[in-house]
Amino acid sequence: MGLTNPAVQNRGDEITSVSAVSPNWVTTRLDFLTNWARANSLWPMPFGTACCAIEYMATAASRFDIARFGMERQAFSPRQADVLICAGRLPFKLAPVIRRIWDQMPQPKWSISMGACASSGGIFDNYSMVQGIDTIIPVDVYVPGCPPRPEGLMYGILLLQKKIKGESFTDESLRDEKLVGPSGLFLPPEQVDELSEPFGNSVHQTRSA
Amino acid sequence: MTAVTSVSPSVPALRAEFGPAIERHLVSCGDTIVYASKARSHDVLGWLKDAPGQQYDYLTDVTAVEYRDSERPLEVVYQLRSLPRRADLRVKVALDKQETLEVRSVVDLWRGADWLEREAYDMFGIVFLGHPDLRRILMWETYAEGYPLRKDFPLRGHFSRAEQTRQALAANPEAHYSLEELSIADSFDELPPDMRERLARGERGFLK
Repeated sequence: MGLTNPAVQNRGDEITSVSAVSPNWVTTRLDFLTNWARANSLWPMPFGTACCAIEYMATAASRFDIARFGMERQAFSPRQADVLICAGRLPFKLAPVIRRIWDQMPQPKWSISMGACASSGGIFDNYSMVQGIDTIIPVDVYVPGCPPRPEGLMYGILLLQKKIKGESFTDESLRDEKLVGPSGLFLPPEQVDELSEPFGNSVHQTRSA
Repeated sequence: MTAVTSVSPSVPALRAEFGPAIERHLVSCGDTIVYASKARSHDVLGWLKDAPGQQYDYLTDVTAVEYRDSERPLEVVYQLRSLPRRADLRVKVALDKQETLEVRSVVDLWRGADWLEREAYDMFGIVFLGHPDLRRILMWETYAEGYPLRKDFPLRGHFSRAEQTRQALAANPEAHYSLEELSIADSFDELPPDMRERLARGERGFLK
């Protein structure tokens, strides 16, 4: 990974050194270059609400060290962040908060839903908990686990990098802002209900019980 | 170690002082539980706090219990601790569910009761008369589905998930703080004028 001295190494159709002209020139595709830069300088905005945040801290600390993947700087300001990592369950009371943080992040931006609760509500299938943050903000990568081990989160980060490397600079639909519409939701209400449906053991508990 | 089954010495003293206002008492797992009447609960608790020989100066918790038996009254629980005497006492006040759920606030006795009573109000809908700032504390202020820990409250709430999500997203994250909290933080004067005006009006969210 990474650009190498073009005079030394030729990377096929991604990077071509034109050493015959000058050793200081290199040609590449714009998509490859922007994606390479974006994927390897993801600044995370940690949104830690629960035990997943402890695993996130472990991932960021020296043993696992996500700085290796270009996430050296934890952006505690959404305006300087690229990827929102929701680590933990999200109560309805925090829903407008994470939505505002997401809206404040500049494009291009991505999000990782870390753990069972952020992805689906987890064991908290109750009156106070958002059943998956994908009903509040768009999500790129879901990391399963309760909580996921740091290896799991790092795998999710690598998947996100892979996804970014497949994006196209000219495809503007990737940068579409999914705004909260007049209904107050960014998804149709039926879709929110479908995403929030109970599963596993909790299907035996009815809403009217 | 033998289980403590003896009744707290506060019980005979309470009966001598308040007579029929002490409805009954029992010992459970070594803890003495005293049932005080709703009308005189504040007098009983005030006396337990200040009377020499009682000195229950620390209010550990205020909470409430609703039983599955719908005929049983809802109970407000005061867990008292005497720091100098190293003694505990649990006082309960039964509230008939057919009547309005009201009981005198004890914030004037123990300041720590403020948020505890707000939580009991938030979760059970018990109104603490004389509380200085009785608002919801865990749920947001515009929460319209009722009182979550009541037995007639469905686990997933009354509204559909889409409606819950819509209302949550429509909430204003800054409106969770009261005017008093913002003033205490000395930040009120630094807020933008439109926000100051909105908060002064008492506006908390989108639900009216």
